[in-house]
Amino acid sequence: MENFTPWMSLAGGALLGLSAALLMLFNGKTAGISGVLAGLITPKKNEVSWRIVFLIGMVLSFLLVAPFAVSLPDISGENIFIISLAGLLVGFGTRISNGCTSGHGIIGMGRFSKRSIYATLTFMFVAMVTVFLRGLLGGL
Amino acid sequence: MQKSKFINLIISLVSGLLFGAGMIVSGMVDPNKVIGFLNVTGNWDPSLAFVMGGALAVFTPIYHLFIKQRQYAINGEELTLAAKTKVDSSLITGAAIFGAGWGLAGFCPGPAITSISAGSHITLAFVVCMIVGIMIANRYLAGRFALPFIGYNKT
Repeated sequence: MENFTPWMSLAGGALLGLSAALLMLFNGKTAGISGVLAGLITPKKNEVSWRIVFLIGMVLSFLLVAPFAVSLPDISGENIFIISLAGLLVGFGTRISNGCTSGHGIIGMGRFSKRSIYATLTFMFVAMVTVFLRGLLGGL
Repeated sequence: MQKSKFINLIISLVSGLLFGAGMIVSGMVDPNKVIGFLNVTGNWDPSLAFVMGGALAVFTPIYHLFIKQRQYAINGEELTLAAKTKVDSSLITGAAIFGAGWGLAGFCPGPAITSISAGSHITLAFVVCMIVGIMIANRYLAGRFALPFIGYNKT
């Protein structure tokens, strides 16, 4: 439990909730990241520019937190093959199930959507099992 | 550019900035921290439960008090909400496949996009593969091939 950071995590979570509420209340759009991205791969009229600008905001957000001495972690030690396989699974799975941790986990759950509650329980459970199995295999 | 369209884009930009900042501050951008949260049978770090807690504590009341009864957003456009309500096999299968990928890497779409600015080839590999995964899924959704257990997409 030495890495336990409940206050930072709570504050970060509040920012995510604020962002999702702002985008939906003012622009009527859903801040689900897999959905924002998928909408650029199959572009529709009037559905492109806000997505690009939203993603640019995300990429530039490190500037917003830099004054608070918070920065991105170094992940260069990760195994690129495992990461690539994971990327394929994440892209495929979120597209088929129409949402990810943000779309289902925050917005859908917040709306008390039955689909999102089932999806969130499913991906949480499978992710925990995956980590458990990898632990059994000695971190392969 | 019309003034209203400009304001829409500013709102999108601010939302993106807040979202990314939330991802960084909360620790979601750190795959080790995510794995620590998912590792419930090991040295469990429950921090990330607070991310979802904090997000829901802000979003849920705003949605139910100010958004739910509206048909249109403040900018006058219709609210685009997920329309499906039925729990079907592709929802569960897709969520399970996503969960496997999330557990393998400790990365989900939001943190991956946010981390692009750090310039790591690891993040780029993840994002490129994620886009390829979405493209393959689009072909599945168009009925081009079958998945194990659930077969072809019928809708």
